[in-house]
Amino acid sequence: MKINDVILKTVSKAAVLIIFTFGIYLFLSGHNEPGGGFIGGLVLASAFVLLFLSHDSETISDAIPLDFKKISALGVLIAFASSTVPMFFGQPFMSQSFGYFDLPIFGKTELATVTVFEAGVALTVIGVVVNIIFSISEDE
Amino acid sequence: MHLLILAILIPFFAAALIPFLYRRIGKLNIGWFVLIVPLALFIILAMRIPDISAGDTIAATLEWIPSLGINFSIYLDGLSLILALLITGMGSLVILYSIYYLSPYDSLPHFYAYLLLFMGAMLGVVLSDNLLVLYVFWELTSISSFLLIAFWFHRKNSRYGAQKSLLITVFGGFGMLAGFIMLHTMTDTFSVREIAASISQYTDHALFYPAMFLVLLGAFTKSAQFPFHIWLPDAMEAPTPVSAYLHSATMVKAGIYLVARFTPIFGGTSAWFWTVTLVGLVTLFWGSFCAVRQTDLKALLAYSTISQLGLIMSLFGMGSAALYFGDGSDGALYGLATFAALFHLVNHSTFKGALFMVVGIVDHQVGTRDIRRLGGLISFLPITFTFAMIGSFSMAGLPFFNGFLSKEMFFTASLNSASLPIFSAGTWGWLIPVIAWTASVLTFVYCMIIVFRTFLGQPQLKKLDKKPVEPPIGMLISPAILSLLIVGIFFAPNLLGDHLLRPALGGVLPGMAGAAPHITAWHGFQPELWMTLGIIVIGGILYATLRYWKKVYSLIPDTWTFNNLYNRFLAGLENNSNTLTSFYMTGYLPHYFAYIFTFFVLVAGGTLVFTGALSIDFSNDAPVKPYEFLLVLVMMIAAVAILFVRSRLTSILLNGVLGFSIAILFVLFRAPDLALTQLVIETVTTVLFLLCFYFLPELKKDRIPRNAKIRNAAIAIAGGTTVVLIALSVHSGKLFESISSYFENSYELAGGKNIVNAILGDFRGFDTMLESLVLFIAGIGVYTLIRIKSGKEPKKNEDK
Amino acid sequence: METLIILLVGVLTAVAIYLVLSKSLIRVILGTAIFSHAVHLLILSMGGLKKGTVPLLGEEAESYVDALPQALILTAIVISFAVTAFILVLAFRAYQELGTDDLEEMRGVNDE
Repeated sequence: MKINDVILKTVSKAAVLIIFTFGIYLFLSGHNEPGGGFIGGLVLASAFVLLFLSHDSETISDAIPLDFKKISALGVLIAFASSTVPMFFGQPFMSQSFGYFDLPIFGKTELATVTVFEAGVALTVIGVVVNIIFSISEDE
Repeated sequence: MHLLILAILIPFFAAALIPFLYRRIGKLNIGWFVLIVPLALFIILAMRIPDISAGDTIAATLEWIPSLGINFSIYLDGLSLILALLITGMGSLVILYSIYYLSPYDSLPHFYAYLLLFMGAMLGVVLSDNLLVLYVFWELTSISSFLLIAFWFHRKNSRYGAQKSLLITVFGGFGMLAGFIMLHTMTDTFSVREIAASISQYTDHALFYPAMFLVLLGAFTKSAQFPFHIWLPDAMEAPTPVSAYLHSATMVKAGIYLVARFTPIFGGTSAWFWTVTLVGLVTLFWGSFCAVRQTDLKALLAYSTISQLGLIMSLFGMGSAALYFGDGSDGALYGLATFAALFHLVNHSTFKGALFMVVGIVDHQVGTRDIRRLGGLISFLPITFTFAMIGSFSMAGLPFFNGFLSKEMFFTASLNSASLPIFSAGTWGWLIPVIAWTASVLTFVYCMIIVFRTFLGQPQLKKLDKKPVEPPIGMLISPAILSLLIVGIFFAPNLLGDHLLRPALGGVLPGMAGAAPHITAWHGFQPELWMTLGIIVIGGILYATLRYWKKVYSLIPDTWTFNNLYNRFLAGLENNSNTLTSFYMTGYLPHYFAYIFTFFVLVAGGTLVFTGALSIDFSNDAPVKPYEFLLVLVMMIAAVAILFVRSRLTSILLNGVLGFSIAILFVLFRAPDLALTQLVIETVTTVLFLLCFYFLPELKKDRIPRNAKIRNAAIAIAGGTTVVLIALSVHSGKLFESISSYFENSYELAGGKNIVNAILGDFRGFDTMLESLVLFIAGIGVYTLIRIKSGKEPKKNEDK
Repeated sequence: METLIILLVGVLTAVAIYLVLSKSLIRVILGTAIFSHAVHLLILSMGGLKKGTVPLLGEEAESYVDALPQALILTAIVISFAVTAFILVLAFRAYQELGTDDLEEMRGVNDE
């Protein structure tokens, strides 16, 4: 599908930036506010989808040289690997832990291992959604 | 881990290593490496002989599923030791033999991997104390036997024989499993030793006899007893080393082992005595009767194996009577039969192994096993002839070979049983020695056929494919060792008797190891001697006049054979299940959905109505605001409208309306995470639908008949109603407290204030991980579907 | 409210079943999508509706709505998306290969 619509392209560029920011915010706030790995991942993925729709897929795949299949695989791997880490400390599989730290700019911040796990989930979601849409739209 | 547990596992590990090893060793035959395994195990086991013969037993346990009473527990006593030595000893000889027998074009790694698999499984069978572990290994031997029979799988007969053996032995195995479970129900343990110790309290239990017959079913199918013997001749399609190993020396002895192992449990009852003895005797007779008519040497040996297995089986049956008498002179009298059974078990492995190897040599060197084309090979294969003669004469029960000793004991035991004062043996007991003697005459006849038809007479070199010469020396080593054993056991039988058979006797008949007799070749002019002499005379006459009375065999119509029955049963089974399956498996997706939903309505709805669970109570409802009502109404209309629209775009949009309305409902119901997710997902889904529908055809009016439409509508409405009723009933009554308050501690337990997120990432993190895996698999599935098209390679421009 | 939602679930289920039973593969896919909507609503209403505030402890409210159904549904939404995507593509590829979306014509050969 070749779409040549200047307004759409321009608006989508701005929109994608906002969506990206929002997605990352959702991902990070997930622990205490609405959001989390799934939602963050989905929002980020939808930003990519918007890019694909507004531009043609060749342009985008040249601009973003990522293999989304590998990203989704990486996501599963991170989710799994982060879950096995506690086993090396004598804890059951998938034990999560958290703690509060004083960081320079952010002040008292909670850091939780679950964030790593969530990042894996988010990467999987991004990879899969983009991969599905991309595969279909590229096939003609 | 105990050394003996390791002994069972080593063959499995070795089997797993073979494929890797095979690539490394180059031209050297992999068999030499495989040979190390049974040899080492044989030595390990043989070092236990002094302990075991002193009356010790060895037990070890590895926990498997202790909560169910299933443990990997092993137990080595005299009986297990004999079998284990046979398995490893014969295993070594057969592997040595097979190195020369198999051609380099055969798939050697497969062969040896299967063989090792079998060896481990078989060791597992004879060493396990736990019934379920025994069962697992038991079926594993069936499977490895299947693989080995079908080794030359390009032959139709191999596949047929493999399937037949698997079906029959696994059928019996299932029966046996049911019997084991019944035993567990009675005694509440899976351990053979514990069951044997406590079984006396349960002989009146309703399950006692069913369990006995089911266990016997397993034993009889495995040991090819009449009428389940039909699989063994077809199993001869396997390579000859396999026939020598599995189908004469070891696997078919598993059933006999089982009978021996269960004698302490079921023995001493009339049913056990008569079933085992009679089935054994009928098999003994029928096997020898059928063997005489065979023209293929291997088929002949197969029937002779059936017959000999029947002999051993009947001896174990007769010996079980000793348990009725307990410790005493009467007990010792009948216990002799069990001793003879164990003795013949060993002897049979030696002479039958040798004979199979001889036949393998003939087949290998000459290219045929058909006795009508053979003859006069003595001048070409003199060494092979010697082994053949030793093996056959031993099987026939002639002096100076070990078969003579056990055959004499067999006659003694059958005469003893004829005068048994219990189990109403007075009426029918005379049958036992009569059948035994008749079958032995026929045994003598076919033994003579093996030796004289193959090696004496006029050579028919024109009918042969190759000019016969002696095989390579390596092929002769194994039969030579076995032949030496055959003769050696005759001259020093008590070496074997004292060290192996006596402790084994104690394993079969507890507390009677002391009753083991001293084996002697000569015990005066007793009835047994006259029986043997009679066999030689009558058998000799029958052999000489064979062609005159061979017509007897054509009297049995072919349609009446068990083989025919089996084939017809199998064909009928296949036809019927085909008819039945194609009746409802129509290949039409809506039919399947219709089954599922009808079933759902009937079962779920029916349960709801008939159990009286149906209850409707509105008092717990939250209030409805007008705009909420409106929203729900819109959704209902949109849903129903989807049914009627013809345009693809409209249907997608209506679906979108539903999806986004649900997002609004999620907001109303205080579920912010869900609302967010639903919004994004609905967007992406709509994009997906649009993309795909771009390529898909326009929706057509559903051209299905009117009554089908009415039927579908009925199923749909019934389904919807059922869901509503169930949901209302669930909502109205609370059977137990909600567990949700636990998750409200998420801040203390998981450090998160978002409870939903804490559940996903922490409390139920495992679900989430697997879910992302599902997502990943779906993504890969979509990619594969699109990229891999019939006949086309995936495009290469993907990897950058 | 719960009764109303349950009725809605009933309507959605009936529509979904009817669509799934039809001959056109496209309708079958639409049916499964509607089915998952129905199930999500069903699970949510089973936990009780509007029984408290949003399940965020930051709200420091007296009571929260049941969070467990929400977590289940969140999982279910993502999975149903994956399934929908997969069968959509399956239909699309089947149409490419076979030239039809009619299930009657997609029946397998009868000799198996």
